[in-house]
Amino acid sequence: MIPEILQFGDTGFGDELVVGALVTLEIAVYSLAIGLALGLAAAGAKLSRSPVLRGVAEAYSLIIRGIPELLIILLVYYSGGAAIEALLKLFGHDGGFDFNKRLAGSLALGLIFGAFASEVFRGAFMAVPKGQIEAAVAVGMTRRQVFLRIRFPQMLRFAIPGLGNLWMVLLKDTSLVSVIALDELMRETSVAAEATQRPFVFYLAATVLYLLLTVFSDVFRARLERHASRGVAGEATPRRPVRRAA
Amino acid sequence: MAGYPATAAPPALVAEGIHKSFGALEVLKGVSLSAAVGQVIAIIGSSGSGKSTFLRCINFLEIPDRGRIVLDGEELQVRTDRAGRLTGVDRRQIVRLRSQLGMVFQSFNLWAHMTVLQNIAEGPVQVLKRGKAAAREDAMALLEKVGLEDKHDSYPAQLSGGQQQRVAIARALAMQPKVLLFDEPTSSLDPELVGEVLRVMQNLAREGRTMIVVTHEMGFAREVSDRTIFLHRGRSEEEGPPADLFGAPKSERLQQFLSSQM
Repeated sequence: MIPEILQFGDTGFGDELVVGALVTLEIAVYSLAIGLALGLAAAGAKLSRSPVLRGVAEAYSLIIRGIPELLIILLVYYSGGAAIEALLKLFGHDGGFDFNKRLAGSLALGLIFGAFASEVFRGAFMAVPKGQIEAAVAVGMTRRQVFLRIRFPQMLRFAIPGLGNLWMVLLKDTSLVSVIALDELMRETSVAAEATQRPFVFYLAATVLYLLLTVFSDVFRARLERHASRGVAGEATPRRPVRRAA
Repeated sequence: MAGYPATAAPPALVAEGIHKSFGALEVLKGVSLSAAVGQVIAIIGSSGSGKSTFLRCINFLEIPDRGRIVLDGEELQVRTDRAGRLTGVDRRQIVRLRSQLGMVFQSFNLWAHMTVLQNIAEGPVQVLKRGKAAAREDAMALLEKVGLEDKHDSYPAQLSGGQQQRVAIARALAMQPKVLLFDEPTSSLDPELVGEVLRVMQNLAREGRTMIVVTHEMGFAREVSDRTIFLHRGRSEEEGPPADLFGAPKSERLQQFLSSQM
């Protein structure tokens, strides 16, 4: 059934494509981790009382969102290594630094994800009902307790739908990392397409693989969303039968 | 503090000369109250009279511009900052005093992501450092007290307003507060649900709890409170035993207010 060129092993490119898809997923997961951390930090800074912190965070998200993704990836790849090396030297580490493509790609995509996520987080934090925070304060919770026990868990409920969206975009943006010759799904596909002169077959195969990744992650997102909106289902998460298609 | 004989028990709560402005609007122009242990004080007045702000100043949810707050003999430490406004001196003291003042809000403010039982046990576990098992046991007992033991696993969104407010009262009680503050606890309830909340509050009053109740329920103020304060435009216009205020109001404003409430 499967054409020979898509089979696994020496004769086909099937295994290359699957490995490429795994690299895509790997980069996406790293970028997600970096992006969530950056996004949370930037959201915190945007909501802080310090004008300096606010300015830095606003500048970060404005600049990153204002530059094409492709350009950010190239900028990070060609300058990131030197920057990290200089930073390490500053802290007395002299051994140099292996700035590989995977790290560059994840860092660039993480920067992008974080810039958009900071807006999602900021909105989600502001959506937490003030009265519930006041109730926590009135009970005698410290600021830290109010944040960890009340604000943060409730914020997630509002953030997860938006973050799910960003994750979809991120999964697809990983294809841009092929410009720095990182062997993820897109690059493996174009290499195979060129080598065999059968572009349609391979681009179709890549399409299927990307779709599989997004469909599976949407199932996961729906689960997370259900968990985060326990007790308030129906209020923050209207049912969307359309999205159930698979 | 000063003014009370050392041998007598101090009042549960004293608030003295509380001033508060929002911008140019002076909401409180020096309001005071003193609640003996076990006393129920009702604060009535039209909206905008400052009664909710006064209550919120007592537990520092709103920081008063001037005034003194003494809870069970312990005065809240404040200082005047450069702008001439009060600020707390010791955050830990504010947090501790707050934990001894149970607050019940008009809009319940239950934590939506926690079950009823978790809502009640949260304060004792986080703030009073009670063990989880013990806190849950106490929470169940309190739920029984407000007649909702079968709802312990429900989430707030699954309850009626009256039930939510009873849970909120249980949550306040779980902290074993010295004084309970009620901020218009029945104002956002459908009329048929007001009774169940008032009954719970009445029982608490009978138990000898010290309560400050901002309310629109004239019946409750009249029958349950030991002392009623009528606030008008940020001042106490008239106060005393409810029989006097409701039976023979002296001030014209109070007469007008009461007739508008009928």
